[in-house]
Amino acid sequence: MGLEYVRISPGFEKYMPKDYVDLVQYGQFGKEVDVQQLGQFKELVEEHPMCAGCFMAYFIRVFYAALPKPEDTIVIGTAGCARLALSQAAVPFIYGNYGDTNAVASGLKRALNIRFPNKEKDVVVMAGDGGLIDIGFGMTMHSWFRRENFTTIMVDNEVYGNTGGQESGMSPKGVQLKMAPKGKQFEKINAVELAKTAGCVYVAKISPTNPKRIAKTVRRAVLAAREFGPTFIHAYTSCNIEYSIPTEKVLEDARKREKQDFGFYEWMTDEVKEFFEQLERAPQEVKA
Amino acid sequence: MPEQRVIDADELILKTERQRKFITGAQAMAEAVKRANVDIAIAYPITPQSEVMHLVGDIWAQGYLRDYYRAEEEYGAMSAIAGAVRGGARAFSATSGPGLLRGLEAIASWPGHRIPVVLGVLTRVVNAPLSIQPDNVEISYLLNCGMVVLHAENQQDVFDFTLAGFVISEKVDVYIPVAVCTEGFFVTHAKGYVNMTPEDLKLPPRDPYKAPVPPTDCEIPPARIQRDAPVQKSNFMSYLIHAVWQQEIWSSNRRAMKYINHYLGGPIEVVNEDAEVFIVASGCAAAQGREAVRYANMEGLNVGLVKVKSIRPFPEKQIRQVLSNAKAIIVPEHNIVGWLAKEVKACIPNSDAVIGGPRVYGGMTLPVELIMEKVYDAFGIKKSKKVVV
Repeated sequence: MGLEYVRISPGFEKYMPKDYVDLVQYGQFGKEVDVQQLGQFKELVEEHPMCAGCFMAYFIRVFYAALPKPEDTIVIGTAGCARLALSQAAVPFIYGNYGDTNAVASGLKRALNIRFPNKEKDVVVMAGDGGLIDIGFGMTMHSWFRRENFTTIMVDNEVYGNTGGQESGMSPKGVQLKMAPKGKQFEKINAVELAKTAGCVYVAKISPTNPKRIAKTVRRAVLAAREFGPTFIHAYTSCNIEYSIPTEKVLEDARKREKQDFGFYEWMTDEVKEFFEQLERAPQEVKA
Repeated sequence: MPEQRVIDADELILKTERQRKFITGAQAMAEAVKRANVDIAIAYPITPQSEVMHLVGDIWAQGYLRDYYRAEEEYGAMSAIAGAVRGGARAFSATSGPGLLRGLEAIASWPGHRIPVVLGVLTRVVNAPLSIQPDNVEISYLLNCGMVVLHAENQQDVFDFTLAGFVISEKVDVYIPVAVCTEGFFVTHAKGYVNMTPEDLKLPPRDPYKAPVPPTDCEIPPARIQRDAPVQKSNFMSYLIHAVWQQEIWSSNRRAMKYINHYLGGPIEVVNEDAEVFIVASGCAAAQGREAVRYANMEGLNVGLVKVKSIRPFPEKQIRQVLSNAKAIIVPEHNIVGWLAKEVKACIPNSDAVIGGPRVYGGMTLPVELIMEKVYDAFGIKKSKKVVV
């Protein structure tokens, strides 16, 4: 049905906003796009009010281009920077209360399973370090323990960026931030290990320096959640404002962190590995 | 389980032949859920509510519901309810006292998210000191959320309000949650006679497309509640849009009244409408008020009862009309703050006539004699021995 609801009713083409017509004609609905073609097709998110040079905004742009089935995807977010762009995208978005994403996603995904048992409908949570690992911690963990079939993506800027620069559980130890006037007293929380322990079937850690790799990771996380269970991506998306990273140095910073503590890491269960081996081999066999 | 057949809501609630059973309030609530064609129930333990969600779990295991799980805690449970309902499912949960307060941030956002759902509120003391005993102070926290708040007197009300609650909440011109409140233990764990609709008949399934705000299911263009200016920007348009949204919630709340009239016989029940002195009460206190009217009658005192079934929308006009000639108005309550007395005072011109109390709380029972003392005071009767029967 997804494609049906984005389609313009016959006769209404000339009354719809040009942006929407372009989205349907030259966008990604119903087809898969190559993220390296960004800029050559109508993207699901274009204008957004995020800060100039925000690396989270870049990650979100690539995320949308990587969705395997945007017309059948629902994104869930919470208070924080990410939702500023998420709420502007041409993909249904639910913005609940503080830190409730993984509970809302649990209810939503179950409702969709009840109502559409034979349709693939992807639910993706995209929230920050504060939303998922501080205020929403219990709900994040329990959605994984319960093995709910959706993807959680943590856009980790290591700070409450949108609220004004306060320390989060994901801020590195020693960093001086608001509400941590003497520097953070404890280590950055190891979210990836928590996700593995709690039952995620696919876990990745990434510094978004390579769009092709981001796209592959997002796609794998969404597909594995559909078939097997909870999946998690921990993405470093720096806050250039609160961490005072000059705009032109944002990518350089991401590369530095990639070498330091955000080297690409991917872990999955054996059955997920086997699934991808088959899935990703298939197109080549067709060509041959 | 018997094969259940779908039947029109009006037929089921108003016309089918009912069968009388002697059951607890918790059972009455679960029996209503059984007949409500509920898709998903999400549970979290707290005394005295737990019994309700145990029983709902049992009927899920028997096949009456499509999904059920025990959540991590109430905030998670109530948030998941919001997700399920926005996904188009019919959902149910129940809670008590501290659990209600823990879930309140999510619950208070349901009306704004336009979540039609029924929440059982089986009242108890709000901690601290820790106690699990009966007390309904928690209802006062629900009064300004925007949701419909019904207060059940007994097991029969629990059944009727719960079943009708689903229908009322999903009406297109209402589309906000309904809380069905009743006193923990006094009603949940005690048995009473309940006339129930047949077990093999159930409500039609929820139609999420009959809605002022569509579901988020990728079948229909979604409502973009959070898009652009509405709530995110600091400008006059965003203030205006939020203000209008709030107004619409409260208008929806008032529009529920016609369905309360239709399915529940009105928001109030009046016993002896020509009385000189009225007892105005809701929930369990109404049952004790009813007894006090009987005692007074035995003594030849002209006392009446106004039982308030609907706390939100609050039946201001109806109460004002019934109490227009009342010499005194006694409001017995199961809480210390006297939230019902305040509501009554605020809607009548002669608020001096309201005697706030008797009030019991912290687990105390409400003996009829306590109400009778106020009745004697109202009539200026001095008795050396106040216990009547």
